[in-house]
Amino acid sequence: MGFLDIKRATKSYGAVKVLHETDISIEEGEFLVLVGPSGCGKSTLLNMIAGLEEVSSGDIAIRGRSMNGVKPAERNIAMVFQSYALYPNMTVRGNIAFGMEMHGIPKPERERKIGEVAQLLQIEPLLDRKPGQLSGGQRQRVAMGRALTRDPDVFLFDEPLSNLDAKLRVDMRTEIKKLHQKLGTTIVYVTHDQIEALTLSTRIAVMYGGHVQQLGTPKEIYDNPANMFVAGFMGSPSMNLFPAKVTGHEGRPAAEIRLGDGSLARLPFAQGFEGQEGREIMLGIRPEAITDRDGADRNARALQVIDARVEVTEPAGSDIFVVSQMGGRDVTGRFRADVPVRAGEHFPFAINMDKAVAFDPKTEMRIS
Amino acid sequence: MATAPTSEAILAGTGAPARSGGRSRLAAHLPRFVLYAVLTLFCLYYLLPLYVMLSNSLKPLSEITAGGMMALPGEWTTAPWSAAWSSAQVGVEATGLRPYFVNSILMVVPAVALSTIAGALNGYVLTKWRFRGATLVFGLLLFGCFIPFQMVLIPMARMLGLMGLAGSVPGLVFVHFVYGIGFSTLYFRNYYAAFPTELVRAAQIDGAGFFRIFWRILLPSSGPIAVVCIIWQFTNIWNDFLFGASFSDFDSQPMTVALNNLVQSSTGVKEYNVHFAGAIMAALPTLFVYAVAGRFFVRGLMAGSVKG
Ligand SMILES: Nc1ncnc2c1ncn2[C@@H]1O[C@H](COP(=O)(O)OP(=O)(O)O)[C@@H](O)[C@H]1O
Ligand SMILES: [Mg+2]
Repeated sequence: MGFLDIKRATKSYGAVKVLHETDISIEEGEFLVLVGPSGCGKSTLLNMIAGLEEVSSGDIAIRGRSMNGVKPAERNIAMVFQSYALYPNMTVRGNIAFGMEMHGIPKPERERKIGEVAQLLQIEPLLDRKPGQLSGGQRQRVAMGRALTRDPDVFLFDEPLSNLDAKLRVDMRTEIKKLHQKLGTTIVYVTHDQIEALTLSTRIAVMYGGHVQQLGTPKEIYDNPANMFVAGFMGSPSMNLFPAKVTGHEGRPAAEIRLGDGSLARLPFAQGFEGQEGREIMLGIRPEAITDRDGADRNARALQVIDARVEVTEPAGSDIFVVSQMGGRDVTGRFRADVPVRAGEHFPFAINMDKAVAFDPKTEMRIS
Repeated sequence: MATAPTSEAILAGTGAPARSGGRSRLAAHLPRFVLYAVLTLFCLYYLLPLYVMLSNSLKPLSEITAGGMMALPGEWTTAPWSAAWSSAQVGVEATGLRPYFVNSILMVVPAVALSTIAGALNGYVLTKWRFRGATLVFGLLLFGCFIPFQMVLIPMARMLGLMGLAGSVPGLVFVHFVYGIGFSTLYFRNYYAAFPTELVRAAQIDGAGFFRIFWRILLPSSGPIAVVCIIWQFTNIWNDFLFGASFSDFDSQPMTVALNNLVQSSTGVKEYNVHFAGAIMAALPTLFVYAVAGRFFVRGLMAGSVKG
């Protein structure tokens, strides 16, 4: 049993089931990110943890105490909303104090707490302003300040950065991570941005269509995606997924793929697939595992170099993304920037099969 | 203003800046001149009745009967005003309009306050605490807005009788309160629909309950729509004649009914100057409300959202 336990929790609106049986359990101090495309049920699950939405069936427990029927204010949680949800008629000070006032904390204590969080978040000069007079980043800080005064068991964040511009988003992301390291409070954080998920979390739940597709550490999710959805959703540029067939190559199982010029290439697997010749699979290889020969990982055990035609090159400063046809799909590799690769010519591609994963094309599930 | 044409330019029918130089300048200003002239004429036309009422209420009856309706008073007098207020024959008694003015105030203030508060609470529940059948309830309330007054007269009379409120000012308050709920709910529901629900949720997590959220979070942001609602209710209730005539006794009649009696009950000579004074008195409170709160009225009607 963990610190936050979600046990077979579901949510239905009338006949529509927006969240199917969900099991998630995390330890105290973890940073859980719920990530997935919009409409997949992330906010619904977060609101269920907060008590703003009732659980249709199943249970959510914090510190081993079931939260069914417990009011939001009595769950010892704090929440930061996407729109910040600052009370427009109150000053920043009033906003931060409101929750403490509702909980009957005496004034001197409130003032001390406000001073503390204002200093922590560097919003002291803003305390007497109204939310309307603040910039997006400042509102964001105030919203976090309001949450911080609660000393909650769990912090809940619903897409807190999605209303900020790109630069500020990156800065605030770092600040949230620092804050988590400093306070050590358990956090559940909703985002549709997979980079945010990978950088912030200690644990990720990838959601799609009301189902948790995979729950794991960022490394597990990135290296061992459970299905094609997770593989395609996490990582940028996203993982290359293309059809291949299992054959043998020098006595080892290999994946056979058709290149853009019609020729066949064989990529020996690092492990597995013995006795499965002829099986159709979807091969998943991340762009950084398809490189120029000298850029390849020296420790790779199953490195295969194949000659393939370059369709397009996309220089991106530090790297150059090289697109070629494999298995009838555009496949992107990440080459070092100074490699003399040109579109229309053949070039050696070094493919690190240690990092390759395979999926069943029908069920879209991982073949291990 | 740098990119959009100025309002004057639009009024003058040209987006380009007027060139300097006598003739072209005149040509550029001519359409605007015509426009203002026409508007002024309209304005005078609309003000004419007020002028007639005012000037005739301030002259002796003899001047009116002599045919000087449009003229300014030859002899200025406030006698018609004091007569209308405190001594004119209204129905069977010569009390003037004063007691009925008081009745109207006693009716309109609680009725407006109650229906506005009820509308705000309804709007709050219908948008932020949605329950099964909320849409139906709102639909029925809306329907209530559009039921003709005449239809409810007899059932309402029966209700008032059962409640022991027949023929009293509290009875009128009740009638107007109930009738006003539909519109006030409509106003507040639409206003609160645009009010960010996340604010309510944040307050819930902060530990505020149903009424605390209403009082501390929603109401402070409801100024514009409250003004709209108050003006609307005040004008309707103050000006109502049918309910007043149907559900009141001699001692609980509102101003509108009393004014009618004043005009009808003068035996012998019609004291037009007193009637004019009484009519102005009956109109003054609504004018006053518009003057005080009118500029918030349009603002409230336009306000679709609360900036968070
Ligand atoms: N009150 C509601 N009634 C019916 N359907 C809802 C309601 N709230 C959310 N949904 C549906 O539930 C699904 C999940 O919504 P949500 O959790 O907000 O998604 P997101 O992952 O973008 O946060 C969506 O398809 C949405 O349309
Ligand atoms: Mg959401």
